[in-house]
Amino acid sequence: MKKGKRTWIFANKPSLISGAAVGAQMEKEGPMAPSFDYFFDDMRAGKLSFEMAERAFLQKACNIALEKAALQKEDIDCFLAGDLMNQIISSSFTARDLPCAYLGQFGACSTSAQALLVGAALIDSGFAEKVLCATVSHNASAEKQFRFPNEYGIQKPPYSQFTVNAAGAGILSSEKASVCITAATPGRVIDIGITDAFNLGAAMAPAAFDTIKTHLEDMALNFGHYDLIITGDLGRTGHECLMDILSDAKMEFDSKRILDGGLLIYNTHTQNVFSGGSGCGCSAAVLFVHYLPLLQQKEIRRLLFVATGALMSPVSMQQGESIPCIAHAVSLEVM
Amino acid sequence: MPKKQINASYAPVVDKRTAKIPVAKNCLKAFFIGGLICMLGEILKNFFIDLGMQEETAVSSYLVVIIGITAFFTAIGKYDNAGQFAGAGLAVPISGFANSVSSSMLEYRSEGFVLGMAANAFKLAGCVIVWGSVSAFILACIDLILEVVL
Amino acid sequence: MLIYAFLVGGAICVVGQLLMNVCKLDPAHTMCVLVVSGTVLSFFGIYQDLVEFAGAGATTPISSFGNALLEGAREGMRENGFIGILSGLLKNVSAGIGAAVVFGFFAAVFFKPKG
Repeated sequence: MKKGKRTWIFANKPSLISGAAVGAQMEKEGPMAPSFDYFFDDMRAGKLSFEMAERAFLQKACNIALEKAALQKEDIDCFLAGDLMNQIISSSFTARDLPCAYLGQFGACSTSAQALLVGAALIDSGFAEKVLCATVSHNASAEKQFRFPNEYGIQKPPYSQFTVNAAGAGILSSEKASVCITAATPGRVIDIGITDAFNLGAAMAPAAFDTIKTHLEDMALNFGHYDLIITGDLGRTGHECLMDILSDAKMEFDSKRILDGGLLIYNTHTQNVFSGGSGCGCSAAVLFVHYLPLLQQKEIRRLLFVATGALMSPVSMQQGESIPCIAHAVSLEVM
Repeated sequence: MPKKQINASYAPVVDKRTAKIPVAKNCLKAFFIGGLICMLGEILKNFFIDLGMQEETAVSSYLVVIIGITAFFTAIGKYDNAGQFAGAGLAVPISGFANSVSSSMLEYRSEGFVLGMAANAFKLAGCVIVWGSVSAFILACIDLILEVVL
Repeated sequence: MLIYAFLVGGAICVVGQLLMNVCKLDPAHTMCVLVVSGTVLSFFGIYQDLVEFAGAGATTPISSFGNALLEGAREGMRENGFIGILSGLLKNVSAGIGAAVVFGFFAAVFFKPKG
């Protein structure tokens, strides 16, 4: 059911029954490490290439999520997944092993929220009963595709971000459970005119602001309604930009209750990650293994998950285009 | 239409929040590391001349040594960290050129030895060769014309 | 000579750093600017003086690549006219390109990128 400009209310309350995340060495050294389910010691996960490793990350996360929910592959109706590779190969190739419907998702780093809101809509409308939503990103394969070869000695600016090596998977179900998706606000594309491909946080912050604002207006809520608002991967620069935009818009908010996945997953002071983490595995991992358990234990009751994505490609960057950005919001509540 | 300018009301926020590149510090690092590499080159060159090489051969030889060292450090995965620290100090000397070739070859090896590794060898270094060659060709032609005319 | 090599080499690197940080060029554009500058300086005979003065300080940075290209083209031109420009163009830089390719090949064969 649509409410306001573009917020979807899910009357049948699809539930989020399980979540899993896997990471690699950098994530193991980060503050979120205790929450993760599994770590690969090797960036290549024993595979021949980084692209194959990325696929292994995604498969592992999906398998753990299924295990946690005590489900088999055959129980899943639809697999919604996305990643950062060209033609989302990591997701599609993972889907080869699944006997269910597959809808590839792409929203750059916002894919995690996009998969969740599409999955929730499928369940709410009765088209599916169990949906597996998953995203993955891999630092080395993303560097290779979006920037330069990994071993190229380029000096990155301090506002750049580190693509996380992580996959996150979650299972949505039509059965009642404690954590439900009550509403979602798909984002619109916002292009603020930034052309520096290293400054993605600043480019994405206005999209996050637009989606949060639209969500709250559509739902007639204020910031106080949510215990936490988790943005996807703005990093330090983007997070500070978002705080500034919110202040400039004269909104009343508690800055301690707006957190960012890119800052949560790494220790930006001790780890060499510049402005923080990024990538579609970042927001998914933070949500599925850290905040989902907190919701299940009822330590927080209402959470707005706002995953942000920068929708540029290497071709568009070289042709001088600015960076279009998007953010999708999903509201998770304890029932 | 691509937007060439950052939205006017947002530009100050971006300016304020985007961490500043430490230009002075970077330049200092580039100066010392770049200078040291050149000094190492000079020492090597003199060493080769002492071995009885012609000046020209000695220059080629020491460049080859630096290229070899760079390829090795690129291969063991240490060069990229050094590049982050040194910036232009490593990128501008011949080591940067060697690194751009070897890093591309390493990276694209997973796509095959022919269309992956070999075809992408000059993915980054090619621009230097093309621009250098074209500009040298044009200037040499000007030389030739001047010689004929005068 | 060592000190001059250090100072001149360092200074050229600083120019590169400024092109990247202040002019916001990416590394590839920076290298192209330096190489083209090298050919232009060589055209006016300035780069040769710099090599005379600073030795490796001028022959190590990528700008010397431009100098070597033009020197090769000029030598060829003196010997064989127009066609000599083309045949001489890459003569002086072939050791560098050859070494980079061969060492890069063996690096790629025996090692894998660490990521």
